[in-house]
Amino acid sequence: MSKVEIRAPMPGIFYRKPSPESPPFKTDGDDVSAGDVVGLIEVMKSFHEVAALEPGKSVRFLLEDADAVMAGQVVAELEG
Amino acid sequence: MAIGSLLIANRGEIAVRIIRAAQALGIRTVQAHSAADADSLAVKLADDAVLIGPPPAAKSYLDIGAIIAAAKEKDVDAIHPGYGFLAENAEFADAVVEAGMIFVGPDAEAIRLLGDKVAARDVARQAGVPTVPGSHGRVADLDEARALVEEIGFPVMIKAAAGGGGRGIRIAEDFAAFEKQFPQAASEARAAFGDGGLYIEKVIENARHIEVQILGDGDNVIHCYERECSLQRRRQKVWEEAPAFGLSPTVRAALTECAVALAKSVGYRGAGTVEYLYDADTQAFYFIEMNTRIQVEHPVTEMVTGIDLVAEMLRIAGGEKLSIAQDDVHVEGHAIECRINAEDPAQNFLPSPGQISGLSVPEGEGVRFDTMLYDGYFVPPFYDSLLGKMIVRGVDRADAIRRMEQALGALVIGGIKTTVPLHLAIAANPDVIAGAFHTKYLEGWLAGAPLSETENA
Repeated sequence: MSKVEIRAPMPGIFYRKPSPESPPFKTDGDDVSAGDVVGLIEVMKSFHEVAALEPGKSVRFLLEDADAVMAGQVVAELEG
Repeated sequence: MAIGSLLIANRGEIAVRIIRAAQALGIRTVQAHSAADADSLAVKLADDAVLIGPPPAAKSYLDIGAIIAAAKEKDVDAIHPGYGFLAENAEFADAVVEAGMIFVGPDAEAIRLLGDKVAARDVARQAGVPTVPGSHGRVADLDEARALVEEIGFPVMIKAAAGGGGRGIRIAEDFAAFEKQFPQAASEARAAFGDGGLYIEKVIENARHIEVQILGDGDNVIHCYERECSLQRRRQKVWEEAPAFGLSPTVRAALTECAVALAKSVGYRGAGTVEYLYDADTQAFYFIEMNTRIQVEHPVTEMVTGIDLVAEMLRIAGGEKLSIAQDDVHVEGHAIECRINAEDPAQNFLPSPGQISGLSVPEGEGVRFDTMLYDGYFVPPFYDSLLGKMIVRGVDRADAIRRMEQALGALVIGGIKTTVPLHLAIAANPDVIAGAFHTKYLEGWLAGAPLSETENA
C-alpha cells in the first residue's frame, strides 16, 4: 500500500479549521478526494487553502491546529 | 520612578525603534521574542533577550502570561507594547501593573473606554468633538430610523449593533432601498448575532483620513499637529504625510483643539492619536476613534516637529511631566512615509517572505529608514509584512514627493518582492501630486492594475 503525502505549498501557520469556532476540515481517519481542502496556511496575515492533490483513505495529520509550518513540509499522510 | 530597564513586547521595526529610543535615555533594554525571531535585529541590538514562545503570535507576542513571566524573570521596571499585538489590550495593561511594573501607555481604564466604539463616541461628543451624524446607540424601529434618515440625509450605513470588523453593514442610497434593507438587516442581525439591534450612520463620501497626534502626562495634553493618511488598501495605510495638505488655519485649529479636549477629558497619559474623517467639500470633520498607542506612521510627525515621540512616551511613563509646551511645537517642512511591505504588487500583493540580500539603504539629510532588515536576515512568514518605513522630509509637499522618489529609487532590498514599485507609482501619480484623493482612491486606482501593466511593458 502506497502512502500519499500532503505538503504545505508555502510557509506560515497551519490551521485545520476554517475559523476558530468551526469543526476541522478533516479529522484523522477521514477519506479525502483530490481537491478537498484539508487546511489553511496563514502567511503574513493572508490565508491560503491547502488542498489534497490526490485522493486517499484514512488521513493522518502530522500537525496540530495553529502550528508553524515550512514550505514543502508534510502536513498530513493518506493511504493511497 | 524613572524607568531603568524595559521589556519590549513587540517585534520588527517598532521593536528596533523602541530599543534605540530607550538606549538613548540610558535605559537597559530586554527584547521579548518568539522562536522565529531569535535572529532578529531587535534581539541583536537589545542589551538582553528572552524567549516567550513558539512562532505563532497567539503563543508568543499575544501570550500575556508568557510576557509577564519573562518580564519578572528579567526583573524589568516597565513594558513597552509597541503597536498591534497587546498594545491596546486593557487586560494586558492591568496584568503589567498588577505584576508591579509600568505599562508604557495610558492606564487600562482609558484603553477600555476609548477601545469601545460606542463609549468612545460618547466621550468625544461630551468633549465637544463632532461625530459622524447618526443614531445615539440603537434605533427602536423603522419609524424612528426613517425620521433620523430624513434629518441626516443619504447615503446611510445600517450597522448591526452586535456586528464588528465590517460584518453586518449595509449601505442605502435612497428611501426605497432603505425601506427594503432596514427590516432585512434586522432579521439578518438577529440570525447572525442573536441580536437584531441596528445603528444608523451617515456615509461620508470621498472623505479623507486625517489624524492628530497628542501627548499627555495625566494633567496636561498637547498636540503635535496632524497627519494625512487617506491612501489605504484593505484598511491598511500605505502612504502617510505630515502635515495634512489643504487645511485652512481655522480647520487645523479646530481639529487639533478637539483632539486635545478629548484627551484632557479622560486625563490621558502617553502618546495617542485622534482619528477623523474629513470632508474636503464641506470642510467638516468627524471623530472616528482614538488609538491609545504609538502609531506606525509616527515618524512623519517627528520629522516635521523634531519631537521624539517614543522618548516622550518613556519619560511620561517614568513619571515625568511633559517636557514640551504647546507653544514650542512647530511644523517645519513636509514629511512623507511609505510602508515598504514584503508583498508583490504585480501579483495582487502576494506575501513574499524569504532571505534578504544586497540591502542598500539611502542616507542623507531628511531621509530616514525605520527597519528591522539586515543582509542575510530571513523575513519570517508568521507576522505582518512590514519590512520598513521610508520617511523623507522636504521644504514643501512637492519637494517631499520628489525626495521620496529619489529615496525609493536608491533603496535596494534583494531576495524578496517588495511594495517599492507601488510607492514609486504613487509618487508619480498626478492625482496624488495634486492632492486629489480620499480613502477609497487607492483601491479604485489599483483595480485598473496600473502595476501589472508597467511590469509587462
